[in-house]
Amino acid sequence: MSTATADLHEAPAESGVNYLNASYGIRSWLLTFDHKRIGLLYLASITVMFLVGGVAAVLMRIHLIEPQGALFEPETYNKLFSTHGIIMVFFFLVPSIPATLGNFLIPLMIGARDVAFPKLNLMSWYIFITGAALALYATISGGVDTGWTFYPPYSSHYSATNVTIVALGVFVAGFSSILTGLNFIVTIHKMRAPGMTWFRLPLFIWAMYATSLIFVLGTPVIAITLFLLGLERILHVGIFDPAVGGDPLLFQHLFWFYSHPAVYIMILPGMGVVSELVTAFSRKKIFGYSFVAFSSLSIAVISFIVWGHHMFVTGQSIYAGLVFSVLSFLVAIPSAVKVFNWTATLYRGSISYEAPMLYALGFIGLFTIGGLTGLFLASLATDVHLNGTYFIVAHFHYVMVGGAVMAYLGGIHFWWPKISGRMYPDLWARIAAAIIFLGFNLTFFPQFMLGYLGMPRRYAVYPAEFQVLNVLSSAGASILGIGYVIPLVYLIWSMRYGPVAGPNPWKAKGLEWTIPSPPPTENFEEIPIVTEDAYNYPVADAHSYPDAPEVARV
Amino acid sequence: MSEHSEQSGHVGHVVPIGVYVTVFLLLMFGTALTTWVAYIDLGRWNTVAALTIAVCKMLLVVLFFMHVKYATGLTRIVILAGFFWLGIMITLSCSDELTRHWEIVPQGWQMILPFVSRVF
Amino acid sequence: MAAHGAHPPGFAHQFETVEQQREAGTLGMWTFLVTEILFFGGMFTSYIIYRSLHLHSFIQGSHELIVRYGATNTAVLIFSSLTMALAIRTAQTGKSKGQIIFWLLLTMILGATFIAIKLRFEWYRDYVEGLIPGVSWLDGGTHTPGVKMFMCFYFFMTGLHALHMVVGLGILTVLVIMTARNRFSAEYYAPLEISGLYWHFVDIVWIFLFPLLYLIGGRYPGS
Repeated sequence: MSTATADLHEAPAESGVNYLNASYGIRSWLLTFDHKRIGLLYLASITVMFLVGGVAAVLMRIHLIEPQGALFEPETYNKLFSTHGIIMVFFFLVPSIPATLGNFLIPLMIGARDVAFPKLNLMSWYIFITGAALALYATISGGVDTGWTFYPPYSSHYSATNVTIVALGVFVAGFSSILTGLNFIVTIHKMRAPGMTWFRLPLFIWAMYATSLIFVLGTPVIAITLFLLGLERILHVGIFDPAVGGDPLLFQHLFWFYSHPAVYIMILPGMGVVSELVTAFSRKKIFGYSFVAFSSLSIAVISFIVWGHHMFVTGQSIYAGLVFSVLSFLVAIPSAVKVFNWTATLYRGSISYEAPMLYALGFIGLFTIGGLTGLFLASLATDVHLNGTYFIVAHFHYVMVGGAVMAYLGGIHFWWPKISGRMYPDLWARIAAAIIFLGFNLTFFPQFMLGYLGMPRRYAVYPAEFQVLNVLSSAGASILGIGYVIPLVYLIWSMRYGPVAGPNPWKAKGLEWTIPSPPPTENFEEIPIVTEDAYNYPVADAHSYPDAPEVARV
Repeated sequence: MSEHSEQSGHVGHVVPIGVYVTVFLLLMFGTALTTWVAYIDLGRWNTVAALTIAVCKMLLVVLFFMHVKYATGLTRIVILAGFFWLGIMITLSCSDELTRHWEIVPQGWQMILPFVSRVF
Repeated sequence: MAAHGAHPPGFAHQFETVEQQREAGTLGMWTFLVTEILFFGGMFTSYIIYRSLHLHSFIQGSHELIVRYGATNTAVLIFSSLTMALAIRTAQTGKSKGQIIFWLLLTMILGATFIAIKLRFEWYRDYVEGLIPGVSWLDGGTHTPGVKMFMCFYFFMTGLHALHMVVGLGILTVLVIMTARNRFSAEYYAPLEISGLYWHFVDIVWIFLFPLLYLIGGRYPGS
């Protein structure tokens, strides 16, 4: 067969012991050192956080149907957008692919039995849960209204909300991601199977490695920044306090030193997933493997030198603004390199449109739009007009939701048979993907227009002439919400009632597809010896070279 | 199996006690020196002297006590990366904080503007 | 395929060889120390910026600190790094656990001495003199807002450092117990080595804190 349809007709191997049934009981899950189980623990936790953040979003969009606000007082609205941002950024997007798919897949893809430090891995989940609990407690007991960016002096002196508790929750969750990143770096360096050289690694691993670099280098800085903010709030004096000569902009520098690379933490793993999906569903090896690999590293490095573009209009010196603007244009280049290479991979591939591929294609289009709109924001002159408006909101939702979340869903669907041993119903999956795509665009495209027309972000009210676009956006949000609920339903349903999937229902390349679904606890009976490159699909599979079976290597 | 380091790695290397003691004495000397120099008026070179001595002390600790002298290239890259990234944070933050009050003075190409407006 | 002969104590089964485990542990600790460089680095960055902008206040504030305590503490920590290195060497060369514990305990005593000097002679004195912002600050005289900013840095940075020292003492306690239980030998002493890296890092932070906080702008007459 040349297409990657799910293979449901093979009789499953005798259902032996796998990581899911190797031991039973809640203790065996809460005290597990198995990276696969830890990945699922994270999956459950971040799904809960996604729902919490999603509820905040739904409430905001309903409120914004009316120009004078339909539901809330401005103070409450401020708490809603802050909660939405904090939960979604720190407790959903940052851990999403790394902690779930990364934890599950990295040892499988490199041919290892587990990550380098399994106990640290479990500890990082507990740390995450602690941080999430603190954040949820702060939300329930009054909320936070500073925005997810916590700018002083409002957050340090004037806000009467639970800033310290939320900051503590984010601080704690930061250590969870540091440990995850550390684990991944050591695992990828030291635990690859014999023959798995760097340039035979799946591109998902390159992307996760680059992401881990950012985890390790950036997260400590937000940790110290929130620590300092908390101290200032408690002591009523600190280093951001103008009364003692402090500069609130220093907070912004330290905050964005992490938070800008953080957005690449959110997108790089998604790009890694897309590389896997595009190759599997066009049955073709990636075009320009080393370009894609190095572009992941480049993005990780350049992401650290552009943060000032968040501060163009907050009082930063114009000279620094010039420097950061130029550097911000640079970071678009490696991202574009990836989009070009995915497109070239698709070209003359044998493409099939299962749900994971729909998500991947959606990613490529929506990420491109989101990324291009970033250039308007990197340019100083246009940023003056667009900063603080819905243009920015639309920009980052295009890349983070249209990009990262779609890649996350695509990855969950692609590897679901490996994780659960079951197939989900593909028709429903495609319907959900289409609903999500349509709902997403209806929600966020009007926001580009709103921003351009001047509607400010983080405002509970708006001028009446913007109502039509806001209503369209809210309508889109309701469709998007339905789209997200559908996979939740059928994925859970499939765990019990879905058809049993064999080891490789997609007939994809990669070490993870050579072991049973679900995998045994120790992953591999014998550590494999790798002799071929990644994505070594038979040339005859793709439509690319019908008359020339021998292909020159790229 | 993952690639082996070319040497057995710094962990296997036993450093002679004499080296440790010498490094210790050098570190103590450096501490005394930096304290002593602080009491001498060198103007702004006091800071340079203090930091230079501190960097030398750090290098002694890193190379000998932390065995980096006998370590693999990967270890060294990791350490350098840490300091490099710290350097990025300091440099680019200073590029804003220390240039806030620079005057924007018309100079260079902007001098031609009056002539341009006359031509057009 | 890894040999399945007797594995040494402490061998973790996600690894194929002891060497792989050792390399992974070392790389892991160095990666963690890089995160610590960036963690402290946020405060060093802030310090550099404010010192450039408010040099006079920082010098004034620095003169509130007593050099001999800082210098003594620097010597104490350097000595503790020596004893830590010797503890590891003792394990490497297969000496008795009693000897290893001796050096570890000596390191702990020196670390505790550092904290004791800080608490008793420096912070307690600062508390009494009204130099702790947000806790016991007294305005007036040399206690200007700029000096208050400096003292914020002093307490935040040395406080965070002291916290790391306390964690280090906890780690050393665990190491002493492990050594007493015969967990280490000339073949397996990785936890000692890795903890040593952490301890030396904490020493290095202080090596920079001492001149930056105590000796800024010099201590000569007229500075």
